[in-house]
Amino acid sequence: MTDLSELPVAQAGCASATPARRIIPVLRERGQREVFCGLTGIVWLHRKMQDAFFLVVGSRTCAHLIQSAAGVMIFAEPRFGTAILSDRDLAGLADANDELDRICVELMARRPDIGTLFLVGSCPSEVIKLDLAKAAERLNAQLFPKVRVLNYSGSGIETTFTQGEDAALRAMVPVLPKDDAPQLLVVGCVADVVEDQFRRVFDQLGIGPVAFFPARRAADLPSVGAGTQLLLAQPFNGETVRALIARGATLIQAPYPLGAEGTTAWLAAAAAAWGVAQDRFDEVTRPLIERSNRALERYRPRLAGKSVFLMPDSQLEIPIARFLSREMGMTLVEVGTPYLDRQMVAAELDLLPEGVELSEGQHLDRQLERVRAARPDITVCGLGLANPLEAEGLSTKWSIELVFTPIHGYDQAADLAEVFVRPLERRSRLTV
Amino acid sequence: MQLTLWTYEGPPHVGAMRVATSMRDVHYVLHAPQGDTYADLLFTMIERQDKRPPVSYTTFQARDLGGSTADMVKVAVAEAFERYQPKAMLVGESCTAELLQDQAGHLGQTLGLPVPVVPLELPAYSKKEHWGAAETFYQLARTLLADRIPAPGAVREARAEGVRPKANLLGPTVLGFRCRDDVVEITRLLGELGIDVNVVAPLGASPDDLRRLPDADFNVCLYPEVSRTLSSWLQRTFGMAYTKTTPMGINGTRAFVAEVAALAGVSADPVLSREHPGVASLAGSQSRMAWYARSVDSTYLTGKRVFVFGDATHVVAAARIASEEMGFTVVGLGTFCREFAREVREAAKLYGVEALITDDYLEVEKAIGDCAPELVLGTQMERHIAKRLGIACSVISVPIHVQDVPARYSPVFGFEGANVLFDSWVHPLVMGLEEHLLQMFRDDFEFNDGAKPSHLPAVAKPLATGPVADVAQGGATVEPATVEAPAAVQAEAAQDVAVAEADPVWTGAGELELKKIPFFVRGKARRNTERFARERGLTQITVETLYEAKAHFGR
Repeated sequence: MTDLSELPVAQAGCASATPARRIIPVLRERGQREVFCGLTGIVWLHRKMQDAFFLVVGSRTCAHLIQSAAGVMIFAEPRFGTAILSDRDLAGLADANDELDRICVELMARRPDIGTLFLVGSCPSEVIKLDLAKAAERLNAQLFPKVRVLNYSGSGIETTFTQGEDAALRAMVPVLPKDDAPQLLVVGCVADVVEDQFRRVFDQLGIGPVAFFPARRAADLPSVGAGTQLLLAQPFNGETVRALIARGATLIQAPYPLGAEGTTAWLAAAAAAWGVAQDRFDEVTRPLIERSNRALERYRPRLAGKSVFLMPDSQLEIPIARFLSREMGMTLVEVGTPYLDRQMVAAELDLLPEGVELSEGQHLDRQLERVRAARPDITVCGLGLANPLEAEGLSTKWSIELVFTPIHGYDQAADLAEVFVRPLERRSRLTV
Repeated sequence: MQLTLWTYEGPPHVGAMRVATSMRDVHYVLHAPQGDTYADLLFTMIERQDKRPPVSYTTFQARDLGGSTADMVKVAVAEAFERYQPKAMLVGESCTAELLQDQAGHLGQTLGLPVPVVPLELPAYSKKEHWGAAETFYQLARTLLADRIPAPGAVREARAEGVRPKANLLGPTVLGFRCRDDVVEITRLLGELGIDVNVVAPLGASPDDLRRLPDADFNVCLYPEVSRTLSSWLQRTFGMAYTKTTPMGINGTRAFVAEVAALAGVSADPVLSREHPGVASLAGSQSRMAWYARSVDSTYLTGKRVFVFGDATHVVAAARIASEEMGFTVVGLGTFCREFAREVREAAKLYGVEALITDDYLEVEKAIGDCAPELVLGTQMERHIAKRLGIACSVISVPIHVQDVPARYSPVFGFEGANVLFDSWVHPLVMGLEEHLLQMFRDDFEFNDGAKPSHLPAVAKPLATGPVADVAQGGATVEPATVEAPAAVQAEAAQDVAVAEADPVWTGAGELELKKIPFFVRGKARRNTERFARERGLTQITVETLYEAKAHFGR
């Protein structure tokens, strides 16, 4: 993984001045990490961008991972696949390149509906140094403009789970058209229904034009330039954001639109950047906040005072911990994150309660010891750990559900709360 | 390089995980990058295991590659031993670590741990899950039995008079197909013959149990994909014979009983005296299946076209049952287990079909579309293919999904297994009388061939997931098919378009008449009629051609 401190952090590009921040101690651990790799992002990215195909260049393990993470195989021929490396490909890289070109050309001939082909690097392709950037170049010469070929790495040695989305979006940044006109660019994959809701609110606030990245079709590339203001819907797209800043965009610092409070703060940051009058902002958001709070009210008594342990997985842990603690009154036992990208979560860290236990990285066995010692009311963890913890009498919530469920915005705030209420509710119902 | 959309088998280290997770007191250290821990969820979610698999991963990242990933292996092995105190350890690599050439297995051995450490070399770029399971099971047992290997030429001691014969049940694992219940069923069956079970492995066995393997008189090689390598080594090394028949279906179980009785030197009578092949009554067999298949309401099952695909053991047995015990017609047979291609090809000859040996999901889908079967017996993959094509399906083999690990007792081996198979194969089909009524009054507004079988819950129309480019048809996009016109038929139609010049054309009236034929035989009727017309050089298919063809081919 890239050492984040070495990256050019474009503070100058930030729209709001950064206030002095309190220091939160972070427990850094190294050991077994029970997380998905970035290939998992394909599971939602291929659904979001319906004209894109994701071809993993990897091993049988990669194919098996995506298939297992996707859970059910509801698509006869999904918009993703794996070019599985064999002994022969390892023996001769030249042949491997020829083979890859052949597979891509055949695949695109058979899928005339595909406009963007992502070549996705994996652990083995990275280790044997199969150059997918070169491959994309070669294939573009053959397939562009009918099909644009992009490449990124979703390998486990470089990316953790949701970082796969960051890598995919980052690969698209260089091909975004340049336009310096003012616009708001919302970065990060959100459910279509959420996107529509946000569009309506921005319209009412008079903020526009607004573009979403990624769009529903990969071919509908948003533009970027000096007038572009970035508003982040997901906390895991750091590389993409830095690349957009390098192309002239400015970052609006804000918490993430999770929970009513988070959504208001998020919209307020955009409204401030857009010079929306406070009266107007209140007028638009007041009924939405009220409705959101009404819905949250139902769940608050169920969660208030309960403790939660978030194991590192989706990178959404910090904003969700903030929501559970501030809006639902839960106690945070430990908030784990696979890696801490301070630029991405600066506004969130400020909102975490005093004395919060933050951990970065993972030593699975030691972390599980802390879970067992604390016996939290809910543990947020990966699918591999959920049933074993349930069997130890601990209620769990799968972190992957937080990525696959629409949880952003006012009207989903209660859905987000309900995700945590359900395991408690279930446990209280069952008597066997 | 091979393009894969869905894969029948995982990589070989997942096979090793299946063996380790099936056992007690074994711990597997896997040198693997971050992300490979996904495999845990197969066990905790699909099999609903209540414990983590006994597997530790080094989960190295790019930044570790510059330093010493080899040290990470040593630390992981030492920590895992310290924490879990296993009685044997497996140390191996996943695909990426194999490229690093850290020799993880040998590093594990150099730590001087007080328990056997078995290095696993499972070539990830040429082998797959079942091979990995078989190799792991063999290597582990071989290591544990190293000091018990008799001198060459040593004669195996005969069993003392009056001592009950003992057998090992080899091959059942977690994430196998119904292994948990098959073991119970086979143990009971052996008990009725007076044979004791010495060790069941890998499922539930400890390393100490594996050391007791040679105490048995012979081995029951229950799932050859996992246990044939070890069974054959035990035969060569310890002179232990092993079984070759699969106790699946009534005939399979009877043959198995005869075989184990012979191997154990006991009489098969206690079991086979209660089996009367060819006797049409409930008392004819310990399984109800024999009578149910002869019951008149099963007449409609006669000649149903069945396509069988899965692991070798289950498909060979399932095809035999379909043909001999259900009265179906086997129209396709295949496996993804290349190691067992020979056995499946032999079996296919019995039914006059060409065996399909492939792990390419699209090839299987095309084969199923081409044969237009009425029932598919397959894996989780075929469940999806069949759903798309609007064909009934029952799962008989791995790979499985969560619904294939039922809470209730449901073996597929032994006499009770035959009952389970009868139910689970017949249930998805349109029932007998319903089938007749569909043919007679097909225009009833709610009871028509567009409606699902009335005993099944209402489900969404097949193909509701959107248009699918069907590779089999050269890129033609097949629109979502309604039940009215199953995709198989549409696909066929698409194929017809592709070769339109040479092919006869359906007249409007002919096409309308074809639609009066119930959907579950319409594909066959279309194919037969077109073949009939082609063979006679007809350019048009009329109502008369349809009935001429019907008369020619029969139903």
